[in-house]
Amino acid sequence: MTKQRLIKNVFLVLYINLNCKMISWNQQKYTTEVVLENKMIAPSAYILKFRRKFNFSAGQVVGLGVNVAIEPRLYSIASGEDEEFIEILYTEKSDGQLTPMLSLLKNGDRVLVTQPYGTFTNYSDSPVFIATGTGIAPFISAIKSKRVSNVTLIHGVRACDYFYFSDMLKKQLGENYIQCCTGFASSEYFDGRVTKYLREFPVNPNKKYYLCGVAEMVVDARDILISKGVPFSSIISEIYF
Amino acid sequence: MDPVVEAKKSLYGLTINELSQVVKEEGLPSFTAKQIADWLYKKDVTSIDQMTNLSKKSREQLEEKYQIGLSEHIKVQQSADGTKKYLFKIGNDKFVEAAYIPESDRATLCVSTQAGCKMGCLFCMTGKQGFQGNLSTIEILNQLRSIPEFRTVSNLVYMGMGEPFDNLENVLSSLEILTSDWGYGWSPKRITVSSIGIIPAMLTFLEKSNCHLAISLHNPFDDERKQMMPIQNVYPIQKVIAEIKKADLGRQQRVSFEYIMFDEINDTDRHIKEMGKLLNGLKCRVNLIRFHQVEGSPLKGTPDARIIEFRNALTAKGIFTTVRASRGQDIQAACGLLSTKELNKKSSQS
Repeated sequence: MTKQRLIKNVFLVLYINLNCKMISWNQQKYTTEVVLENKMIAPSAYILKFRRKFNFSAGQVVGLGVNVAIEPRLYSIASGEDEEFIEILYTEKSDGQLTPMLSLLKNGDRVLVTQPYGTFTNYSDSPVFIATGTGIAPFISAIKSKRVSNVTLIHGVRACDYFYFSDMLKKQLGENYIQCCTGFASSEYFDGRVTKYLREFPVNPNKKYYLCGVAEMVVDARDILISKGVPFSSIISEIYF
Repeated sequence: MDPVVEAKKSLYGLTINELSQVVKEEGLPSFTAKQIADWLYKKDVTSIDQMTNLSKKSREQLEEKYQIGLSEHIKVQQSADGTKKYLFKIGNDKFVEAAYIPESDRATLCVSTQAGCKMGCLFCMTGKQGFQGNLSTIEILNQLRSIPEFRTVSNLVYMGMGEPFDNLENVLSSLEILTSDWGYGWSPKRITVSSIGIIPAMLTFLEKSNCHLAISLHNPFDDERKQMMPIQNVYPIQKVIAEIKKADLGRQQRVSFEYIMFDEINDTDRHIKEMGKLLNGLKCRVNLIRFHQVEGSPLKGTPDARIIEFRNALTAKGIFTTVRASRGQDIQAACGLLSTKELNKKSSQS
């Protein structure tokens, strides 16, 4: 094969790959999407927005990446099922591999997105959602999608800036929106972690509980709920890893 | 003020490619990498000065920036049955465990891959610590190299604290050192890596390693496994098994499924039937494990008689099933207990 032909073939392969919607990325299917917005909504916290080209169920995750050299990381979708755009809520970790690169994305840049997957999706009536930080994303999606009614949401953050979507939640959930903040004492918020809140206030053992956040919170909150009479079968958890 | 002294880097735990990079950076002959690997992994030296086929000048040069990097355990507990549990300190404030389990014809070491764990399984003590960090390759291998029984260990299982496939890069590097000719030269058949089934990492493992794979199954039903293992929401066991069925396993590579027996939770006839369906057509082994209740757990262990019935029923379905012997019960050899106590002690002191 001549050098010229070899180069042409390489370009052909690249062209096919770049224009093929679904290609393999470390055994995963993905598409390349155009960033429509990547907005900082609190210190180190962003919402990444791109056009929705797939159906999903509230509670599902997608893998994100900026190039194929870096493994995709999983993020829960924070937008509603019927919305035109997909929104991803993420925080930049200074020691992380992907999020410092994600945070630099500008409108018009490309982001790699896997197909949605996961089954943290079926919520009972009158659920109690418990989340810390960006773990609120699947619950935001469920509320926006009108998949749930009579929701109680307990959200824990380290500073009040991180009460994402709080205006919408206050309006929709009223008193059933419980904000727990460890870094700022105020009459507006419960002063302490969600686990402290669960310890101090009664829980209804007949409800279903859905937890999302770091493993430490999930494990502690689950233990507290079980100790207060909630059957473990009524507690479903999603973990960050 | 004293000038900041840069900590010496460790040579132990480096792969041959990484050692080649070290000797290149130091301007040493390229064959020195293989010599260093020999000293580290075949001759078990504890200092650079013992690498006597390196010139004195080369050794001195290496010693300026490097050390072997091994560290001793800080505590050991011994069971009446000979099982020993070693506690290692990682950094300033983390602890991991390794369990040495001698038997008449073999000696198995169970090593940890993370300090704490992110997976949050309902029945696991390690999960109650939260996640504190991944172990480096040296911190994984040090659990083997630094125990007195090092050279008597015949089998290694990655079933201690943490999820190996959540720290895949370092786990694969440790396996490379254990199984390469330039490393310890172990047969991959002597090593089993246990995971809850993170599919992308599992596929990479199956592609790159011939070591045995064990998957924590614990319940064949989607909704019930979700209640015990949050990972089921993202990587359901049904998909994990479908991927294993599709994978091109090495001829010697074995897949097994760990199944902790919980009374009236996952030990019913319904579960036997579903296990039969799930594992149909897959050459594998199921390992039934007794659950020893920990304080505050809503789960109870299945009585022994039922475990035997369960084993017999699975065997009758053509699934090779064994019951794992309980070892080290008097020292609570299940992973996570000793390090959790040490963490609690530390936090109460601070």
